Amino acid sequence: MEFDWALLGFGPEGWGMVLIRAGGMTLVVSICAFLLGLVLGTLCAWARIAGSRWVQRLAIGYTVVLRGVPDLLVIYLFYFGGRQVVAAVGTALGFEGPFDISGFVAGVLAIGLISGAAQSEVLRGAYYAVPTGTIEAGRVVGMGRLMLFRRVIAPQALTTAIPAMGNQWQSVIKETALISVTGLVETMRQVSIAAGSTQEHFLFYLAGALIFLIITSLSDIVFRLAERRSLRGHQQGHA
Amino acid sequence: MDTEFLSGIFLKLLTGLPLTLNLTALSLLFGGLLALVLNLMRASRVGNALASTYVFVFRGTPLLIQIFMIYYGLASFDAVRSGFLWPFLREPYWCGLLALALNDAAYTSEILRGGLRAVPQGAVEAGRVSGMGRTLVLRRIVLPLAIRQALPAYSNEVISMLKATALVSTITLLDVTGLARAEVSATYRAVEIFLCAAVIYLALSLLVTRGAGWLERRLSPYKFGVSA
Repeated sequence: MEFDWALLGFGPEGWGMVLIRAGGMTLVVSICAFLLGLVLGTLCAWARIAGSRWVQRLAIGYTVVLRGVPDLLVIYLFYFGGRQVVAAVGTALGFEGPFDISGFVAGVLAIGLISGAAQSEVLRGAYYAVPTGTIEAGRVVGMGRLMLFRRVIAPQALTTAIPAMGNQWQSVIKETALISVTGLVETMRQVSIAAGSTQEHFLFYLAGALIFLIITSLSDIVFRLAERRSLRGHQQGHA
Repeated sequence: MDTEFLSGIFLKLLTGLPLTLNLTALSLLFGGLLALVLNLMRASRVGNALASTYVFVFRGTPLLIQIFMIYYGLASFDAVRSGFLWPFLREPYWCGLLALALNDAAYTSEILRGGLRAVPQGAVEAGRVSGMGRTLVLRRIVLPLAIRQALPAYSNEVISMLKATALVSTITLLDVTGLARAEVSATYRAVEIFLCAAVIYLALSLLVTRGAGWLERRLSPYKFGVSA
């Protein structure tokens, strides 16, 4: 069969502009979810490194649960479950229905939580890779806890963490495709709509795959640059 | 808490377990074989380029798009529809399995590659010197060392495949997630039902983690003391 390439263009029949906007939505959702994951991951890593026993258990429980349950199920739980909870609370407070929650919020919360569990493992590993000698040296010269974190621990730990954080970012991008089940019009949802209305399924899923490939490869380049930059002043090539 | 409702749901969801396990096991099997082929291809330059492209494409796009491309996309080619594979590609089960296996192969081949790279050159040379042939070296030295090295990463891959099978529910298959979805649209009790499904997946992935830990101790007794 022949592909009607004009469908992907910017003409009156073309879906080009719509697809670009959907790609932008994928990017925005990914960034929000990744940042939420970074905050949760940092808190969780901190809890596991320095928390009391109960806080540690809580943090471990969080990572074990979120890493053992399918992402799709978590999104369903937040979207449909969230709607159920909002409706129950709303009815109890005496509001009139119908109640709804946005796919954007549910999706960002779900993927942020999932990513937070994975990021906490990365950050924890990076913390333990900081040589204890440098921390002791900082203490000896009289640094406070905050200063020690800012000047000694964070710079070294982040350098170690960059490649693995790059991987986490890549999985967040791919996981956002699942948010399409809530009806949020990001890349996956948009290509499904386009495929359905033009009956050109292969063409549009191919276009969707390309959008994801472009986003993932561009971010790969960015993370590589960041990695190289973070290694300034380190000895290289001893391997 | 409505325990009667919950246990009913739980039992109903368990009927989707065979499909979930079947898809996990078969996609790991076929994906693993394809991963081995991909690594063998890397010996030649063209093969290396092909394998790299394959890994780049399948790791750079979401599994959901791969599933939809195979299930909805392939059917738009007349050649596929009149081809001998159509009886398979018409079925959501085979499309889902195909997508999962192709996806798994990309990730597993990278894990295997890391394992193969960790095999010390000296061990291979020692084998050759003592008169082992190529296949014998591969079977007795390279693969055991590589597999042992790759096991922790591979157990993560097993868990992510287990979780990935949930996506086949989007192409009408009734695995644990698919059944949960159907139950929710029948009863509107999303929280309880999805939590039940989550418990099932969680138990399975804990089992995998435990099993992998046991296997790791069995395979490298020198690291954990000889008692095992």
